[in-house]
Amino acid sequence: MQVVEGSYAIAHAVKRCRPDVISAYPITPQTHIVEDLAQFVADGELECEFVPVDSEHSAMSVALGASAVGARAYSASTSQGLALMWEVLYNVSGMRLPVVMTAVNRAMSAPLSIWNDQQDTIGARDSGWIQIYVEDIQEAHDAMIQGYKIAESKDVMLPLMVCADGFILTHTYEPVVLAEQIEVDDFLPPYEPEYFLSVDNPLSFGCFAEPDKYMEFRYMQHEAMDRARIKIKEVADEFGKAFGRYYGGLIEGYNLDGAEIVLLTFGSIIGTIKEVVDREKNVGILKIRSYRPFPLVEIRDALKDAKVVAVIEKDFSAGFEGALFTDVKAALYNHINDLKMLGFVVGLGGRDVRADDILEIIKRSKSAMDGGITDEWQFIGLRGELL
Amino acid sequence: MKLRIGAIADPGTSVVNLTGGWRTEIPRITPELCIRCFNCVIYCPESAVKYSDKEGIYFDYDYCKGCGICSNECSGHAIYMEMEEK
Repeated sequence: MQVVEGSYAIAHAVKRCRPDVISAYPITPQTHIVEDLAQFVADGELECEFVPVDSEHSAMSVALGASAVGARAYSASTSQGLALMWEVLYNVSGMRLPVVMTAVNRAMSAPLSIWNDQQDTIGARDSGWIQIYVEDIQEAHDAMIQGYKIAESKDVMLPLMVCADGFILTHTYEPVVLAEQIEVDDFLPPYEPEYFLSVDNPLSFGCFAEPDKYMEFRYMQHEAMDRARIKIKEVADEFGKAFGRYYGGLIEGYNLDGAEIVLLTFGSIIGTIKEVVDREKNVGILKIRSYRPFPLVEIRDALKDAKVVAVIEKDFSAGFEGALFTDVKAALYNHINDLKMLGFVVGLGGRDVRADDILEIIKRSKSAMDGGITDEWQFIGLRGELL
Repeated sequence: MKLRIGAIADPGTSVVNLTGGWRTEIPRITPELCIRCFNCVIYCPESAVKYSDKEGIYFDYDYCKGCGICSNECSGHAIYMEMEEK
């Protein structure tokens, strides 16, 4: 175990996956990840084509092309950079290329902010990429290794982004078990795609589809996401056996036995919430690891005995409510109808989420459980004096 | 034709991907008015206007996108466009 920066741990895990091509454009707070990877390549520690590009659009386009010729491709970005990759994200998933990226979570401009929230990857929610959210640095490191195995699985073949909170995970130091090469080689086989571009066996990827065929291609992506539900769980189990670390499959419960109030969320905020919940009675945590594919059945099962679920997230859909809140409600509708559901938006643009904020959420959840009136969806930690 | 993931296609297979589905208007011909100038054959951007001695001018509706250029260029006003029911 070594004490390393989160970005280094992520870069190290990517190195151990032996990517053939890395293409990225630097953007805070993703920069250290690609700087470390560039260093590995420069030092001869990683045999890989490192492609510096002029933009994130080009970065993801290079990853797309590399993956299409059968290379294992990696990229990383955040916020505005991820937004600039937008159309290419859909092309990568549509061509069924298992590119893996680290999506460092950062707020969207404007106002300009370099700090953490999750609006950026929530925006990419519907792009056909698998989204895995991680809680701490070790999990971010491990998710990269799991990510390639899931994405490249023959019955999945979808791109995957590991969503890791900017600064909170990328720029902090934690003790991390860094994977050895031999361990990762045993766990992750080389990428051997069924279809790839080659002059000897030419193919076209992402061809033109008229209205009489387009829907079927989209449906095949949907089916692959369904199969990914199973694969993510299998790979988590295999990883647990091989490395001795397990974070749940699609979800992970914490103190759920007998919990009347369940705090449901994803990402690094769970560390803070665990501290609070440890001192509370009958309050549990449901962590969403896989946001796409969405763990419908698992959430229903985990919440069947709860009285209140409080969905906490660092994003919202302007004009509606938190995206995760909407999804959780939709998953439960027609299945569990006597559960009180509350949504809370916290920590936008890097605002600290403190134990007191979590206690306030628990207080409002208790009030709702006792029949008190509370807004169904609300902002926590707003500075009323500025408004 | 079963679809392959990722819209991945073999070379030379655009011929099996029928593209006539774009069409909203369909070209028809009044053969008595055709003077065999072949403007339609020359101008068709999809090479979907054909000619044979037996059939005269005819259309390959698998690929005709219904752009109407044949009708526009027809010197004998033999080709006209009709709304196509689907």
